[in-house]
Amino acid sequence: MAETLSFLTMGLYFGGTLLFLAFLLHRSDVLAKGAIFVAGAGFIAHTVALGMPIIATGQVPIMTFRDAMSFFAWGLVLVFLVVGLKRGLQVLGAFILPLAFLSLVSATLAPVEAGTIAPVFQAVWIHVTLSILGTIGFAVAFVAGLMYLMQERLLKSKQFNVLNFKLPPLDFLDTLNQRSILFGFPLLTLGILTGAVSAQLTIGSYLSWNPEQVWALITWVFYFVVLMGRVTVGWRAKRAAYLTIVGFAGVILTFIGILMKSPQAIAHL
Amino acid sequence: MNIIVLGLNHRTAPVELRELLAIPDSRMGEALTRLRAYPGVKEAMFLGTCNRVEVYAVVEKGEWGFRKLEDFLVAIHFSLSSEDLLPHLYRYSDEEAIAHLFRVSASLDSMVVGEPQILGQVKEAYDSALTHRSSGVILNKVVKKAISVGKSVRTNTRIGEYAVSVSYAAVELAKKVFSNLKQQVVLLVGAGEMGKLAAQHLVNHGVKDVLLTTRNQHRALTLAERFQGQAIPYEQLRNTLPKADIVICATGAPHFVISKEDIEGAVYQRRNRPIFLIDITVPRNIDPAVKDVDNAFVFDIDDLKAHVGHNQDERLKEAATAEKLVKEEVQSMVLWVRGLEATPTIVALRKKAEDIKNAELEKAYHRLGELSEKDRVAIEGLASSIVNKLLHGPLVTLKAEAQSQNGFAFIEAARRFFELREREFHSLESQSEDPEVGDGTSEESLSQKDRQ
Repeated sequence: MAETLSFLTMGLYFGGTLLFLAFLLHRSDVLAKGAIFVAGAGFIAHTVALGMPIIATGQVPIMTFRDAMSFFAWGLVLVFLVVGLKRGLQVLGAFILPLAFLSLVSATLAPVEAGTIAPVFQAVWIHVTLSILGTIGFAVAFVAGLMYLMQERLLKSKQFNVLNFKLPPLDFLDTLNQRSILFGFPLLTLGILTGAVSAQLTIGSYLSWNPEQVWALITWVFYFVVLMGRVTVGWRAKRAAYLTIVGFAGVILTFIGILMKSPQAIAHL
Repeated sequence: MNIIVLGLNHRTAPVELRELLAIPDSRMGEALTRLRAYPGVKEAMFLGTCNRVEVYAVVEKGEWGFRKLEDFLVAIHFSLSSEDLLPHLYRYSDEEAIAHLFRVSASLDSMVVGEPQILGQVKEAYDSALTHRSSGVILNKVVKKAISVGKSVRTNTRIGEYAVSVSYAAVELAKKVFSNLKQQVVLLVGAGEMGKLAAQHLVNHGVKDVLLTTRNQHRALTLAERFQGQAIPYEQLRNTLPKADIVICATGAPHFVISKEDIEGAVYQRRNRPIFLIDITVPRNIDPAVKDVDNAFVFDIDDLKAHVGHNQDERLKEAATAEKLVKEEVQSMVLWVRGLEATPTIVALRKKAEDIKNAELEKAYHRLGELSEKDRVAIEGLASSIVNKLLHGPLVTLKAEAQSQNGFAFIEAARRFFELREREFHSLESQSEDPEVGDGTSEESLSQKDRQ
């Protein structure tokens, strides 16, 4: 049942992705409606898939890499459904849905045990949840940055096509970028702090310089600089867009770091 | 009876000719009365815009009607002769005439396809036809339908969605940089006509502030009054640039007024907040190298034209959808008009009565059970006699009045009284090859039964 649901979710997100991409290139309201419908159906299937273990065990399933990625994808689609549809920005779906779909695929490709967190310290779920929420913020900032650069390039090259017509105005994308980072940054900060505490409690050291921790710290510093740059010297618009895209690479590397923590390593602890 | 249209438009006639055919409002009543005075012209409407002059009419005989309308057009202006006019005229009748009016009203026949004014102009033409009582049952119905088709095309397609004027394209592009124009400051440099037009569009969208500067300080003050903006001394242009989100440049200067360095400085002072520049003059006033400055977006007149061109392509795509919509409506209108002929109305009315009579007889026989042949004949005779006597009056009147001036009103009234729908006429069309014979025999049988 759980297996079927997660495949159904993936299938629907993939279908939604294709519809959204088609919508991006054609002026058709039918495509947008269809895409939202498919994405919404996927979201419902996803919610049920996430909800079942909560009812069964009373715990949010986020203790393996797979579960965490699934929760991340769910949050992203939720953000799209709330922000995108409220503001009439169906176009956001063309960027967020593929990202959610890819997260689910990458989760499936990872070994089942990968990233499993030793349940020595129960409150570690707080660390995971905060980090995932922070990551959702950075993912939306990444999408906004990507859209900004596309729109900027279209305007600079004076290409007045469907894409130019559909993408939101530059200042909106810049604001979305800024707000998403403002949302994600404090959550990531808390996520890192709680992570350090739980590391202290499980392995007796706040920081063991493993790839996950290193990349998480680099990412944190990077976004800190990006935020400060915007406030102090006006790193906004195009530069902010570039920087958030680079910053998101740090997020992905952190994820890879988590994957590299083999189950054996955890068992040894 | 035919619906006809005779006219010329921007494709068939030069503007000099179209101008001559304009009828001022004050003379419209007289003109329409003159139109209606031609014998055989039952209804008429005059549609005059800067791009077209058309006379719609309901006439007894098409060919003859066209000649009368030609006479009318030639008589509008003393300097016109029919030789001048004839080569530019187009003629449509019946289905084609209805389709033409629908396309005109849906803005599919306009110079700029999808422009919104034409719908209002059709309404005005119809209103003055109503005021001067030159329209009747047919034109009223057809023109009202044309107006509703025009509206439905506007709401159901995106034909009017894309900017198709250069000055408006500037607004549309600005909206791709700034989501809320109400928070933006516009700087207008120079007093060129196109620039003022673009600024006016932006003001209509409620920009926060308008700054103006021209070499001639006096002119800047006049402009400031017009836009309720603030005049800036021309020497202050460079210092003002950072304050402006949108810059429109329309001076007549033969050299660059704004350089790449100016914009680099402005963007720096704006802390990278984007600046949007429109260079609306030829030769250009803004150094094209500005395009290499990050967060500065400059568009010259050719770019705006390209944007308009793209929009026109989009409109044409929407027009294809609109054409389909119009076509369907024309079909149902044509059915209605055909129903207005006397013969099919009479045939349909007879058939309806006959159907009711037969159905009621069936019911009665069913209830009465076994009946002798004599009884059956008597009951059937009674039913036929009631139906025929009841219909006799209306049918005779209908036939007589159909030829009169108000014929269509009578037929329309009959159709509504007896609830005869357009579709019924359509299905009957093939059967009513020789209705006169049918009428004759049934009237005979009616009088025979009367005698019995």
